[in-house]
Amino acid sequence: MKAVRAMHLAADRRRCIGSGQCALLVPAVFEQQDSDGRVRIHADHVPDASSDDLHAAVQMCPVQALRLEA
Amino acid sequence: MTELFTDAPSYPMRRTHPLAPPPALDELRHHRPVCPVTLWNGQHAWLVTRNSDVRKVLGDPRVSADPHSPGYPSLSKGRSEAPDRAGSFNHLDPPQHDVFRNMLSGEFTVRAISRMSPLVQHIVDNVISSMLAGPRPVDLVTAFALPVPSQVICAILGVPYEDHAFFESRTATRMDLGASPATVRSANEEILSYLHELVARKTRHPQDDLLSRLAVRHVLSGSLTHEALVDMARLLLVNGYETTANMLSLSVLALLQAPEQMAELTRDPSAQAVKNAVEELLRHQTIVHIAPTRAVLSDIEVGGQTIKAGEGVITSLASANQDDDVFEDPQTLDISRDARWHLAFGHGIHHCLGHPLARLELQTALGTLLRRIPALRLAVPLSDVPFKHDGGLYGVHRLPVSW
Repeated sequence: MKAVRAMHLAADRRRCIGSGQCALLVPAVFEQQDSDGRVRIHADHVPDASSDDLHAAVQMCPVQALRLEA
Repeated sequence: MTELFTDAPSYPMRRTHPLAPPPALDELRHHRPVCPVTLWNGQHAWLVTRNSDVRKVLGDPRVSADPHSPGYPSLSKGRSEAPDRAGSFNHLDPPQHDVFRNMLSGEFTVRAISRMSPLVQHIVDNVISSMLAGPRPVDLVTAFALPVPSQVICAILGVPYEDHAFFESRTATRMDLGASPATVRSANEEILSYLHELVARKTRHPQDDLLSRLAVRHVLSGSLTHEALVDMARLLLVNGYETTANMLSLSVLALLQAPEQMAELTRDPSAQAVKNAVEELLRHQTIVHIAPTRAVLSDIEVGGQTIKAGEGVITSLASANQDDDVFEDPQTLDISRDARWHLAFGHGIHHCLGHPLARLELQTALGTLLRRIPALRLAVPLSDVPFKHDGGLYGVHRLPVSW
């Protein structure tokens, strides 16, 4: 049976510039606050460590404001 | 520092094919990924060509985008002697940069831009209808690639589109690296004085547009000066259409030069296929072809090379987008590949604010064009198409097409 790895996804909202790259790539996980464009992680979201898109979004963030940790 | 720069090739390098970056960039990426180069004025700077190194430099807080920082590379005489003013926050560093960018971030979210989809579609439909009703062959730049983004940004900002010939000609001068400092300065001043009047009107009589909202929220409340809003308006207006216009005509041309890719997309112009094709076109035809430039504020190490405080760096987005460590067979246009790692919109705190809008416009314009005019073809040989070799942004001056 495949083990489900518990992942922690964190966003540094002070570092975030609201580019929206993550919201464009993985809208199921990330959204932007209307007022300042800064990232919010959907509260009911369970990070899926096997999602290529999620890893890509974390690595592509222009200001490295996202972290995915085991 | 001078000794280090003895073997420094001239920059920018020359293209040998108009739709491919200079082959010298491939050489450097493989053999000297952080290489000293010599600029038009004899100044030296470091040219960074690998995708990972470009990310590293642009994401580093120890580099400055301010042309006044010591060592900042100058790419043309006109630009260096007539630099932009304060509200042009693409040339500011934190914390000043962040103040300006924060005022706009909420206006350019993915969600806010997706609400503009009907507006963009409406503009694209009208522009294509006019083109279809006109004579053939037609210049795709003036009939399509320029009016679409120009009308969109005018609608968003609240700039009267009737004035487009005025600001389009001044913008073309600003983008011409061969233009004299006096010409660039007067083009700048004309745009600024036009926007000065416009912003003053918006402040007195706000309407439902972005410039009015900024005037009410920030100028009337005292958090932004009138002059700074004028500069910001210039940045948004000019960067809001000139970039997309160049990218749109180059995209059509690149597809016409790759008939099997064109046929594939014309057969299936679904939203998903067009979206993927646009990412690949952004990668393959990088309009920011000789920049961005930065000055180093304190020593950094890139690709095994130490770049010292006070030295300049040029990060080649065009080269990063052709890096075969990231993209297989990078010279080939392949609209079905995963092109997401391209750096066409830059990286770091100056990552293009308008990328969701640019993407929406490119997807809508290209998709609709292929659906409505599937028989589109180039009306002259490729050798007769005039390219913007001396442009700060790459593109074509004219693109005669027929169907």
